[in-house]
Amino acid sequence: MKNMLRTASVLLAAMVVLLGVAYPLLITGVARVVFPAQAAGSLIVRHGRLIGSRLIGQPFSDRRYFWSRPSATAPQPYNGLDSTGSNLGPLNPALLAQVHARIAALRAADPGNTAPVPVDLVTASASGLDPDISLAAAYYQAGRVARVRGLRVAQVRALIAAHARGGSLGVLGDPRVNVLELNLALDAMK
Amino acid sequence: MTAQSWGLLALFLAAALLCVKPLGLYLARVMEGEPNPAARIGGHLERLIYRLCGVDPGAEMGWKRYAIALLLFNTLGVLLLYALQRLQYWLPLNPEHFAAPSPDSAFNTAVSFVTNTNWQSYVPETTMSYLTQMAGLAVQNFLSAATGIVVAIALIRGLARHSVRAIGNFWVDVTRATLYVLLPLAAVIALALVSQGVIQNFSTYRQATLVQPVTYSQPATDAAGKPLLDSAGQPVLSTLSTTTQTLPMGPVASQEAIKELGTNGGGFFNANSAHPYENPTALSNFIEMLAIVLVPAALTYTFGHLVGDTRQGWAVLAAMLILFVPLYALCNHSEQLGNPRLTALGADQAASALQSGGNMEGKEVRFGIAGSTLFATATTVTSTGAVDSMHDSYTPLGGFVPLLDMMLGEVVFGGIGTGLYSMLVFAIVGVFIAGLMIGRTPEYIGKKIEAFEMKMSSIAILVMPFIVLTGTAVAVSVAAGRAGADNPGAHGFSEILYGFTSAGNNNGSAFAGINANTPFYNTILALVMWLGRFWPIVAVLAIAGSLAAKKRIPVSAGTMPTHGPTFIALLIGTVLLVGALTFVPALALGPIVEQLMLWSR
Repeated sequence: MKNMLRTASVLLAAMVVLLGVAYPLLITGVARVVFPAQAAGSLIVRHGRLIGSRLIGQPFSDRRYFWSRPSATAPQPYNGLDSTGSNLGPLNPALLAQVHARIAALRAADPGNTAPVPVDLVTASASGLDPDISLAAAYYQAGRVARVRGLRVAQVRALIAAHARGGSLGVLGDPRVNVLELNLALDAMK
Repeated sequence: MTAQSWGLLALFLAAALLCVKPLGLYLARVMEGEPNPAARIGGHLERLIYRLCGVDPGAEMGWKRYAIALLLFNTLGVLLLYALQRLQYWLPLNPEHFAAPSPDSAFNTAVSFVTNTNWQSYVPETTMSYLTQMAGLAVQNFLSAATGIVVAIALIRGLARHSVRAIGNFWVDVTRATLYVLLPLAAVIALALVSQGVIQNFSTYRQATLVQPVTYSQPATDAAGKPLLDSAGQPVLSTLSTTTQTLPMGPVASQEAIKELGTNGGGFFNANSAHPYENPTALSNFIEMLAIVLVPAALTYTFGHLVGDTRQGWAVLAAMLILFVPLYALCNHSEQLGNPRLTALGADQAASALQSGGNMEGKEVRFGIAGSTLFATATTVTSTGAVDSMHDSYTPLGGFVPLLDMMLGEVVFGGIGTGLYSMLVFAIVGVFIAGLMIGRTPEYIGKKIEAFEMKMSSIAILVMPFIVLTGTAVAVSVAAGRAGADNPGAHGFSEILYGFTSAGNNNGSAFAGINANTPFYNTILALVMWLGRFWPIVAVLAIAGSLAAKKRIPVSAGTMPTHGPTFIALLIGTVLLVGALTFVPALALGPIVEQLMLWSR
């Protein structure tokens, strides 16, 4: 038994060094050389200033921008230190009240638009940091964004189409567009 | 179900099945110490470890000694992980200066990661230092997976050997499983994940300037930190605004890889595999799902190969596949159907070329319904418990599937090692039932199944329902337990039932609204995880020892073949009968009631 205790302790220590130190350091080293941008967080830097990550969504509520999905993080939406979903069940009155309010807000921002609202635009994502909206959700907002910015709707729809992603190998990934990238492209339009 | 949902399933199963034979064969070679390419490279390291530990790799153990070594090694793992968490403030690699988690939370986490459960009652990105994550949690991700593999290998040896007492050397088995199987596979998967955008660094958290500043409100507090109330007793809200977003960093990819490969499931971040830094693309999602079933599926071939009849392994795998497809189909169908209450409010949930549609509450757009439900099924039929969508917000039948997956004992692929040994225990019970029906002494793979094996099999199977149902009953009976439920009504009961089912099966996923970071839940769930893990393991090792000592009986006309359709049906029937009969009453109080309420007018 005493022998076993020694064996177990030494084996555990050896494994900590191998798996807990050497392995992550090796992966970090290789990743830094082979995929430096990805390993660092797919960061977006403009004029020397870090303005976000391509992978981490940001909140948008201005009518000039495409809105992101609702986020359940606290206290502010898209809080990078509190990734979480709402965890509200399908019958929870709080969920139904929230969806009701979100649909009302979208309709108030775009009074002429009576189309049904794409579901992802009124439901909170799993991470609270979802960088994407569905193509349907982007096209739903195209009219509003065009009007507020004084652009033609066709211009805005073309911008969405240019940023559309999804369907690698036909089955991997859903039709979507990255909201931060789309809004940055909007700001860059003259 | 959409064509895309079927397509994703087909691609997933094809990729997994292609790996079964080569990986299964490799596992057999490695674990039996036969010459293999990895041993040529890593042999020096392996021998160095044996020398340091004072292990004679040729000396094998009987089942009792094997079990004691296993329990000792895992107990030390708990102590080390507890200490690491409690001391992390004073240890290096803590750039955010996180304090120690509370004792009950640290204890729960230590047991959780050692038992391959990876239930998490804490928020990782604001709790755990990089050192705790990589040298504590990730190490146990490897070692708990290796523990699962070696128990499965020991049981296979019990069936394959005859008239001997020994079932292997625990130290050697753990070292080989780690060094030659888990480590190289994890390294490849980690780099594949980095290519997709999973981060891997040791930076401090980054501050980004938001494109559009955000205004938000939060409850105001007085000087003592108590929430302020207005004259009507409502909390006073103060309006704040921020122009920055904190981007968490860390060595994520190296941990993410073993988290899936080892069917562990403990997230580097709170949102787990839904977090874009853990799972950034549809392809990374596919890689993670594949990593989850890779070794559990391959072990069926290892089993067939080592008992000298690969048909035995394929039969077990076939039973798993037949159970898997309808479970995924039900989950996917329910989620794609969506939430009728949201349609009534004016939301469009129909699938189209422009959106996945369906119930998107708690799901990520890049995964959609197909990628979310396939992940949910894969993670709960195995003992993984990683999530890329929030099961708590699933429709009643959509959430019923993950719950049922676990209640069936996680035998569809199952946890790494645990899936195979649990399925083989069901096979033993199955041939016993068949033997009773036709009045013959039951046998499996040339071994007579007698009273001792049946006793141990019953223990291995019945411990889980016993602790899950007892735990749930206790929790709903006391105020501290009921306080954990976040959603009202039947769904709140489902949250508690899901928590205990997850802990008892060492899964680790949750209906995550439940607030389990309390002394009550941290303690009782740690106990459930420990019993749910090691009680069956000791029983399985006892079966392995007993079978190894038996003589092999030759195949005769009276032998029931255990590789044909009859046996597969018998095996599936046994799994469903035990799982369903045990849990139907509890399920009726949770998801089934909720389903009736959701669709009633």
